[in-house]
Amino acid sequence: MNPIAAKRPRELKHSPQPGRAFLLKLELRSHPTLLCVVRGALEPLMEVLGFSDESNRAIIRAVDEAVSNIMRHAYHGRMDQPIEIYCNRLRRRAGGKIERGIEFLLYDCGPAVDTTKIPARPLDEIRPGGLGLHIIRGSIDTVEYKREGRLNCLRLVKYARASNPGECGPAEEKTP
Amino acid sequence: MKISFRRVEQTTILDVTGNIDMSNSPEMRKALLGEIREKGVTRVILNLSGVAYIDSSGVASLVEGLKASRDLGSRLVLFGLNDSAREVLKISRLLKLFEVYDNETQAIQAA
Repeated sequence: MNPIAAKRPRELKHSPQPGRAFLLKLELRSHPTLLCVVRGALEPLMEVLGFSDESNRAIIRAVDEAVSNIMRHAYHGRMDQPIEIYCNRLRRRAGGKIERGIEFLLYDCGPAVDTTKIPARPLDEIRPGGLGLHIIRGSIDTVEYKREGRLNCLRLVKYARASNPGECGPAEEKTP
Repeated sequence: MKISFRRVEQTTILDVTGNIDMSNSPEMRKALLGEIREKGVTRVILNLSGVAYIDSSGVASLVEGLKASRDLGSRLVLFGLNDSAREVLKISRLLKLFEVYDNETQAIQAA
């Protein structure tokens, strides 16, 4: 059993829930050279799901920054630690319309995160560092952190924009 | 990621290709600060037209280069940013801080 599965509470299941359909799971070690592999896996998936190019870039950027944060902050640069990424298709009803979206759940075995101490610096300061969280928040609709048993879980959600005529979102008929 | 150096009169042009992320941004930082701080080059142009992706650590390297150039009275100019690079700088509210041009000719004229 992999380290994350061993620490996952029994009640935590990734079976399909209403409005959520499982699409993809990635398991990787916390080695920075694997970031490009994650981006490389997500890019064609986003294209298949029908998001716009701009949304594709935003989703990939957010996931990439989140995985980088896990490597840097949860695992403090250790390169052999486990990370799991689940990708689910979402549907919700908003304003009488069905909105389609994509959800990522990122799990790691690092120590619990004190969300009051997450280093996101003021953007009016011109200095390097502390940008990752700003980039995630600026790229995605929902960013949520919770502790699940002995795991950190970061949830990222992006919905297709109804105002963007070229963006149909992850339609089921296009889903592999 | 690969970085090559060209000298055009008093300007050094760094041609960067590939993706800039946490795995290689220290190389980028070293190259940039090496020109600005160690070699004392007064005009540095960064050609990012071959960069498909840049993350927050890459942006941090650019910010460090910008700060170093300002501290030393030199100039750092960027050109060839794709949509992805522009977006990440815009989200970070850094796009307006950098001198950004569309192509090399404009960048050389400006620098």
